[in-house]
Amino acid sequence: MKTNYRINEKGYYGDFGGAYIPEMLYPNVEELRSKYLEIINQPDFKAEFESLLKDYVGRPSPLFLAQRLSDKYGAKIYLKREDLNHTGAHKINNTIGQILLAEKLGKKRIIAETGAGQHGVATATVCALKGLECVVYMGEVDIERQAPNVARMKMMGAKVVPATSGSKTLKDATNEALRDWINNPVDTHYIIGSVVGPHPYPEMVSLFQSVISEETKKQLVEHTGKDQPNYVLACVGGGSNAMGMFYHFLDDENVKLIAAEAAGLGVNSGHSAATSVLGKEGVLHGSRTILMQTDDGQVVEPYSISAGLDYPGIGPQHAHLNKVKRVEYVSITDDEAMQASLLLAKMEGIIPAIESAHALAQLEKMTFQKDDVVVVCLSGRGDKDLATFMKYFNL
Amino acid sequence: MNRLTKLFSEKKENILSIYYTAGYPEIGATLKIAQALEKAGADFLEIGFPYSDPVADGPVIQHSSQVAIDNGMTLKMLFNQLKDLRQQVSIPVLLMGYVNPMLQYGVQNFCRDAAEAGVDGIIVPDMPLYECEELYKDEFIKHGLSNIFLVTPQTSEERIRKIDSLSNGFIYLLSSSATTGKGLNQSEEISKYYERVRAMDLNNPLIIGFGISDKVSFERANKFANGAIVGTAFVKTIGNKEDYLSHIPEFISKIKGSN
Ligand SMILES: Cc1ncc(COP(=O)(O)O)c(C=O)c1O
Repeated sequence: MKTNYRINEKGYYGDFGGAYIPEMLYPNVEELRSKYLEIINQPDFKAEFESLLKDYVGRPSPLFLAQRLSDKYGAKIYLKREDLNHTGAHKINNTIGQILLAEKLGKKRIIAETGAGQHGVATATVCALKGLECVVYMGEVDIERQAPNVARMKMMGAKVVPATSGSKTLKDATNEALRDWINNPVDTHYIIGSVVGPHPYPEMVSLFQSVISEETKKQLVEHTGKDQPNYVLACVGGGSNAMGMFYHFLDDENVKLIAAEAAGLGVNSGHSAATSVLGKEGVLHGSRTILMQTDDGQVVEPYSISAGLDYPGIGPQHAHLNKVKRVEYVSITDDEAMQASLLLAKMEGIIPAIESAHALAQLEKMTFQKDDVVVVCLSGRGDKDLATFMKYFNL
Repeated sequence: MNRLTKLFSEKKENILSIYYTAGYPEIGATLKIAQALEKAGADFLEIGFPYSDPVADGPVIQHSSQVAIDNGMTLKMLFNQLKDLRQQVSIPVLLMGYVNPMLQYGVQNFCRDAAEAGVDGIIVPDMPLYECEELYKDEFIKHGLSNIFLVTPQTSEERIRKIDSLSNGFIYLLSSSATTGKGLNQSEEISKYYERVRAMDLNNPLIIGFGISDKVSFERANKFANGAIVGTAFVKTIGNKEDYLSHIPEFISKIKGSN
């Protein structure tokens, strides 16, 4: 029997998913669950979503044949240019979808969590566009690390609230956003930034991001005459650009899907975010998934040079795709990702986000046939990482 | 019948429960606090097992959880400490915490060790009804553990009925939709919600929690329910004090209004 990669009617992907939330969140999540599909399939919703993606975000994002990289690796390497989106990453696909949904639900106030600040910026952006109040929770540590993104959010009218609990990074910002939602159950919508959280968030976010693979298929036909490449690669923090990139390829069994996680200083260094290797099954932020934790079930703080991959879990669908081996999860160290960033800058004139460079770094480790077609999701641009590049490369 | 259901069959009003975090303010505090609370007149106890990411809790209980973890508290350690529970404490005891540590320990192991220690029930706010019913309910019943669910002002009547049918102990009525430690919502709307739930004539007794901190809020809760739970205010009282045990009698007698 063919394995089912998609969600079932209970909100699970195989053993993973569900909605492990306290009763205080039940009405909010249940409202979403019972209404999201109907709303996002309404013609006027679809029309506005598509029009904003086109005229505001700048979609479709190009599929670019990276010729010099192709020559180097001996395969046709295509880059899906999510870095060219407004605000510089794939995150905006999701926030556009969710802000329209929030409007339909009559919500007046938007909250979000952010790590690197990319999702926070993408949320502040759509709130400014729609004139809605915006509160972004961000770990105190990340606020210091990502000052330019904090300034961008503020400029667009968002309130940035430091998360001072726990390790003061992304997972704690997520906790604070959930607490805010508990305390503001009626007028507030929580825009989660990745394919994580209680059902229906992982499914909803992957639907909004699936535009990435939808476009890619069409563009591949134009470029190569076929809609199926040999390989598709993406990086995974929570896993939203990867789910968007894989979405329409999941049932094309001959397309190899590869997801790059952040190994940080090395998978066994104690400073890593390679959840598929280090994680065990459990519950994090409302869904059953795999997460990095102690034997006692306390969540372990991850580490990666890229703030966007610095998350102790992965979305439940990834946990499932890993378990049934539909997607291969690989680990890329800080150094490998930094070298891949430099290589893309030098060879193609594109400075990638360090997150995206984790996917690029995997190319080094693969062997290709001459005619292989490879698509790499370039999930974001490197502007936000300049300070890190300057320090690392002594620029 | 366990100690908890026995308590409810004998006492119908002004029931006082205290929540505290195991391993806080010091690792060896767990049973000492339980003893002191029983002596001071608490009717039953909720002992929290700490979790690194307690989303339903406000800053005070977050802090106590983190300190407890830093002190070395784990479920293994807690069950070890609880081996002596029933030599020292006779009032009902519930364990309260988040689902992830419980899953790592193994739900079966958890229930077995809880029952062996003489624990009477569990409260796991982020365990969903559906999973509880399908996967874990039989395990709780087998080990004689009452399973407690929360109800908020936003919980629908249909869902309250469902929760009532799955409960065997009491229903934990939240004083508002909020994280712990927010102060009491005194609005008329909230009174209406209490009245509404009471009028449903449920099988389980009602205990109000979240925001109960003193005599006034305790008395108000008792107008609508069989009793109330104090958490944050108690954790604050025992926090960062060398002689934390000596503050317990006064804290309890103030709430009960007996002085
Ligand atoms: C450019 C970029 N890529 C990837 C990620 C990781 O998120 P996800 O795994 O949800 O795509 C982020 C997160 O901030 C990002 O900014």
